[in-house]
Amino acid sequence: MESEQAVFYSRLLTELTLSFHIIYATIGVGIPFLIFLAQWLGIKKQDEHYILLARRWTRGFVITVAVGVVTGTAIGLQLNLLWPTFMELAGHVIALPLFMETFAFFFEAIFLGIYLYTWDRFRDQRKHMLLLVPVAIGASFSAVFITMVNAFMNAPQGFELANGELINVEPLVAMFNPAMPTKVSHVVATAYMTSAFVLAAIGAFRLLRGSNHIYHKKALLLTLKVGLVFSIASAIIGDFAGKYLAEYQPEKLAAMEWHFETEEQASLTLLGFLANGEEIKFSIEVPYALSILAHGDPNAEVIGLDQFAEDEIPPLYIHYLFNIMVIIGMITMIIALFYIVGNALNRTFVKNRFFLWLIVSSGPLSMIAIEAGWWLAEVGRQPWVLRGILRTENAATTSNHVDFMLLFFIGLYLVLGLASVIVLTRMFKNNPVERELLDQQRNGR
Amino acid sequence: MSYEIIGIVVLWLFLFGYIIVASIDFGAGFFHAYSVLTNKHHIISKIVQRYLSPVWEVTNVFLVFFFVGIVGFFPSTAYYYGTVLLVPASLSLILLAIRGSYYAFTTYGKLRSKFWTYLYGFSGLFIPASLSIVLTISEGGFVEEDNNELSLQYATLFASPLTWSIVILSLTSVLYISAVFLTWYANKAKDQPATDLLRKYALIWAGPAIITATGIIIELRTHNPVHFQRMLDLWWMFAISGILFITTVYLIWQKRSYGLAFFLLTGQFFIAFYAYGISHYPYLLYPYLTIDEGFTSEGMAIALIIAFIAGFCLLIPSLWLLLRLFLFNKDYVEGKIK
Ligand code: HDD
Ligand code: HEM
Ligand code: HEM
Repeated sequence: MESEQAVFYSRLLTELTLSFHIIYATIGVGIPFLIFLAQWLGIKKQDEHYILLARRWTRGFVITVAVGVVTGTAIGLQLNLLWPTFMELAGHVIALPLFMETFAFFFEAIFLGIYLYTWDRFRDQRKHMLLLVPVAIGASFSAVFITMVNAFMNAPQGFELANGELINVEPLVAMFNPAMPTKVSHVVATAYMTSAFVLAAIGAFRLLRGSNHIYHKKALLLTLKVGLVFSIASAIIGDFAGKYLAEYQPEKLAAMEWHFETEEQASLTLLGFLANGEEIKFSIEVPYALSILAHGDPNAEVIGLDQFAEDEIPPLYIHYLFNIMVIIGMITMIIALFYIVGNALNRTFVKNRFFLWLIVSSGPLSMIAIEAGWWLAEVGRQPWVLRGILRTENAATTSNHVDFMLLFFIGLYLVLGLASVIVLTRMFKNNPVERELLDQQRNGR
Repeated sequence: MSYEIIGIVVLWLFLFGYIIVASIDFGAGFFHAYSVLTNKHHIISKIVQRYLSPVWEVTNVFLVFFFVGIVGFFPSTAYYYGTVLLVPASLSLILLAIRGSYYAFTTYGKLRSKFWTYLYGFSGLFIPASLSIVLTISEGGFVEEDNNELSLQYATLFASPLTWSIVILSLTSVLYISAVFLTWYANKAKDQPATDLLRKYALIWAGPAIITATGIIIELRTHNPVHFQRMLDLWWMFAISGILFITTVYLIWQKRSYGLAFFLLTGQFFIAFYAYGISHYPYLLYPYLTIDEGFTSEGMAIALIIAFIAGFCLLIPSLWLLLRLFLFNKDYVEGKIK
């Protein structure tokens, strides 16, 4: 009984920490790249506005990095505390990317420190900009490496189990597992996409709040272009992720598509909800679509939930998570497309308040998609921590103080979340772009 | 050298690095809070900020590096320490989180209030105290195993004089290391009042630091005689360390060569830290886990060592650049450029 409770609270605490960390981590992966883009444009076009954009984004970025770092440190240690059995096993096989991730952080941390304090030290602005390259590479590679670990949990390979002992460990084979290509690229692309929409949302919000400065319009166009590119990329890679699932984790695909019977020419279930367990209501059925999604062939056979033991089927609510993610992906893509086209054709609807509010919503929406995507991926792997090898309930700690720790961490995340929001709003409210531009002119720059 | 020895030597190096940079950081936060409390903050807060600003994130990575590395090289530590440390490590984490984010919030976000300054300063003392519990536990006697379940004996732990001496050692050395470093830094910044104040702190904390360190060795005689005996075999290392300590204090007392003094102090801690580590060998957790039993597979060990060497080649030049731009740049240290 006690150990069941420990599992329950360990899950809760893991979910909480990861869901909180991923907000800051996603921003941390994407924003350095966008800052780089802005600074590069600024130097190329000799346009003060882009430089200022880079400067202001950096200032906000430091705050999110700080929270990303502390929550990341928390999750890194917590995985050992809450899932000791899992980490012992994982340590043998998948420690390499985890280890390399710390190097990526290290690299990023050093150059971020330098970048922040050297805005006015170089006569040649381009040198300063180059300092961002290691920051962006470090940030993106920390996502790449940690996602490799997560991919391994979904498609473990690179070792053999003999009498409970791990033998013939091949770290590189474990790293480059079948889940890795789609997972890593989807995570990185969605991080860029989300960061772009979050920044676009801020720009649109300033415009709504009465600022009419060309600065915000430039920001909006830049970020929405990036957002469009990466939302298209995310959708394409997401499709490949579905094909990966069909081949290697059919139970996850079947559960997220509510595909109960194995069949050929399978149709795709959109929306809907589940009544009395297995009855789907109010859904839209698209003929052949699931076969196409899973195998790229309308006649292909798609494995259904009937092929799996009752206790190896993931919770069916992941269907909702999948739909949320995909719908948000579509909505944000359309918003970005409309803005860019409307802007190019000089249409006035792009200045419309309603449309601006839509752009504002794209930031939080993409973040929701990130959360939904991760919950889909992780809950869809249940009941396994390491698919097919280690069940979640056998991996958790046996310590019985997890519930207290959960309370502490809830408190901590509340404080961190609130404080970061307060600090960020104050930072930009007290120092609007208009004033900063004036100050710069006065200082003769 | 066998792979496990290479592994533990490297990890120990990073733990040492963390202890030094984090001590400077924790101590600086404490001195800052203390100076606010006593209305002396105009003297040292500039020095503290100037040094800490560019490096705070780097400090944290040293810690992450250590705990990720130890699970990589010695996966069984995840099982043993992970199970046992849930409460103490979670508390350290919360403190670390408050501290790290505070720093960013105030420095970059201009969220200033005395409350946060105190929280920052004093949490900096609780963190080493709570992290040092790990060293205590590793000495054995506080973990019980029955029915394949490990549990930490809190009552024994908190009643043990060893626990408290290690806690006090961590506090005194944090303050001592930090004060010596900041004296040097303030002196480089040509900030006379700050140098004088910090030099005073360095001298005040030197005594307690060395007394508690000696106390622990004596403590171990009864607590873990095996370890104690192995320490005696390494008496010469502790002797060198002691000589370095005396020289450091002498230099500071004479107001001479603060840079050399800090260098010697690093040497003192380095030698003592490795002497402690060597005498701890072969146990990772006495008496349950040794280095050989807990070691990862050979394939992983080689991969990790290669990754480590490659990473190191990347890091050393970058760290050097960081130091050159901020620690050894005269204009920056003196506050002439931002
Ligand atoms: C902005 C966020 C976002 C958006 C718009 C999308 N995704 Fe996604 N998706 C993620 C954010 C995300 C994620 C958070 O990055 C996940 C969670 C774990 C992972 O590997 O990526 C993910 C996982 C994930 C998985 C599960 C992979 C696995 O468990 O191995 C599939 C099948 C898809 N996605 C498919 C799609 C498709 C077909 C999309 C079409 C538009 C889509 N995603 C848009
Ligand atoms: C940052 C994005 C992530 C989020 C939001 C996330 C979310 C989740 C969720 C919701 C679960 C719980 C599933 C359930 O209990 O039904 C879970 C499980 C788990 N995740 Fe992730 N995850 C993320 C990434 C990762 C990564 C990269 C790793 C490994 C390196 C990981 C390790 C684990 C482990 C060990 C579990 C098992 C515990 C459990 O089943 O609750 N997660 N995660
Ligand atoms: C179980 C999963 C995870 C673990 C154990 C983990 C671990 C960590 C750690 C230890 C840090 C702090 C590093 C430092 O001290 O600088 C961190 C920060 C970070 N994490 Fe995570 N992380 C996880 C999930 C993720 C995921 C899924 C992503 C990306 C999609 C991610 C991206 C980042 C980034 C970019 C940072 C740095 C924050 C910044 O510098 O901007 N993490 N993480």
